[in-house]
Amino acid sequence: MLMGYSFGDLGSIMAMQGFAGLILFSVFVLMALGLAVIFGQMGVINMAHGEFMILGAYVTFLTSRLFTTYLPGAFGAYFFVAVVLAFCAAGLAGMAVEWLLIRHLYRRPLDTLLATWGLSLILQQVYRSVFGAREVGVDQPEWMMGAANLSESIQIPINGLIVMALTTLIAVAVYLLIFRFGWGKQIRAVMQNRAMAGAVGIDTARVDRLTFGLGCGIAGVAGSAFTMIGSTSPTAGQLYIVDAFLVVVFGGTGSLIGTIASAFTISQARSTLEFFLSGSMAQVVVLLTVVGILMLRPQGLFVLKVRR
Amino acid sequence: MAIERAPAVLDRPMLDVQGLRAGYGQSEVLHGIDFAVAPGEIVVFVGRNGMGKTTLMKSLIGMVPVSAGRIELGGTDIAHLKTYQRVARGVAFVPQGRMIFPGMTVQENIETGLFVHHAPAVPSSIYELFPVLREMRSRRGGNLSGGQQQQLAIARALATDPKVLLLDEPTEGIQPSIILELARTLKRIRDERGLSIVASEQVLSFALDIADRVLVMEGGAIVHQSARADVDEDKVARYLAV
Repeated sequence: MLMGYSFGDLGSIMAMQGFAGLILFSVFVLMALGLAVIFGQMGVINMAHGEFMILGAYVTFLTSRLFTTYLPGAFGAYFFVAVVLAFCAAGLAGMAVEWLLIRHLYRRPLDTLLATWGLSLILQQVYRSVFGAREVGVDQPEWMMGAANLSESIQIPINGLIVMALTTLIAVAVYLLIFRFGWGKQIRAVMQNRAMAGAVGIDTARVDRLTFGLGCGIAGVAGSAFTMIGSTSPTAGQLYIVDAFLVVVFGGTGSLIGTIASAFTISQARSTLEFFLSGSMAQVVVLLTVVGILMLRPQGLFVLKVRR
Repeated sequence: MAIERAPAVLDRPMLDVQGLRAGYGQSEVLHGIDFAVAPGEIVVFVGRNGMGKTTLMKSLIGMVPVSAGRIELGGTDIAHLKTYQRVARGVAFVPQGRMIFPGMTVQENIETGLFVHHAPAVPSSIYELFPVLREMRSRRGGNLSGGQQQQLAIARALATDPKVLLLDEPTEGIQPSIILELARTLKRIRDERGLSIVASEQVLSFALDIADRVLVMEGGAIVHQSARADVDEDKVARYLAV
């Protein structure tokens, strides 16, 4: 019974797998938050979102190299510098892409899908040419390695705790930005009715550019976090884009709370199931469940209840 | 087609539209519109469906591109400015169907009009005009009734501190008792703020109630106009008959 585990063992397994799930959850939340802003608020399907994440990961990698070479004494703090740089780099790249490509395609969602998919291929090749096809990993500072022992059988990695703290910070910041500050009001007005937002005096082109940049910047931060749990390669972003869309759609487009709740559900279910089944079986079970729920509730978990 | 000149002497009009042509892609809807609005004047366009009233309103605010002609606001041409830049110069728009932001609260809806002049908070004068909006300020705009949404759309437009207020079919879908109140409110806004109002309307009684001057549109052109005092109601009504 219980596949040979005692109840105590099972409790520890659930806790540790649950925690492993929380790190995955953090990367998911960051990826999906960026997408929720871009897809949920702007209606743009950004297939290159994974590549913006990888851009953040490469920036983190470069920052760690720079610190090793020039500032070895401050290496312990490089991660926080890298997060800021990753946000700025991905955000600026996002704004450039919006200006060059996306803004011409706002009324043509299918063309946007194709164009951003092409962009993702181009970016992958750029990464391959610049950084090489081989995976790169970052060295983590001493203090971020290792694990905290909560009890005899439960161990929790410290870098995971840091990634989670970072995710919480970003999620709270995005929430405040969108729902408490003036700029967020402009974003929501543009997303609910672009033409009318212009007619109340909002510069919609500028809001679109900054919103797209914000979403890509968050993807860059996701890339920083990603270096903690995986190694960076030109195509690593592809593995996450489908999951991230799944999270956004399952949570209900346009709802940030829904995005977070659905990222939590999906990553926890997957991580816990992965211990008992093989990785791909766990994926299949989760996908089937999500598809089933979406058939019953096509609008996703959370929706605003208003007359349209 | 000969147009009777406006009886009002318009030495320095607030809004002066000359030879305005606009349309959608290749199909031109407005074939050269000329009219002027004095400061503090209420001008109402009447006409049947499909005669170009909404296109005129949208081309004045910038939602439909102008292909030829001038739109002068206080002497400067705004015809080639973007929508938000026109709002900054002093044009505000209350569209057909209200188009409030349904997912935002009443207060947030009004606040969207404040960004253009970086105003810090909703002026209390707006809530004094529409006390019901103050009561409902934390409700979502999408959950208001049609009449309340119309008030919200006007409040949002007033938050941009306009010189010219454009209203497209303000009575559409609103019950008769509220229409009377709307007419009073619009005249009060004009009297208190001294702004000019340009409205399009199909309900003739409402148009005659608020207008200083009535203009009739047909086939994308102005075919008749007269000051309120001289309006031949039967003649105007014939234009509106289907």
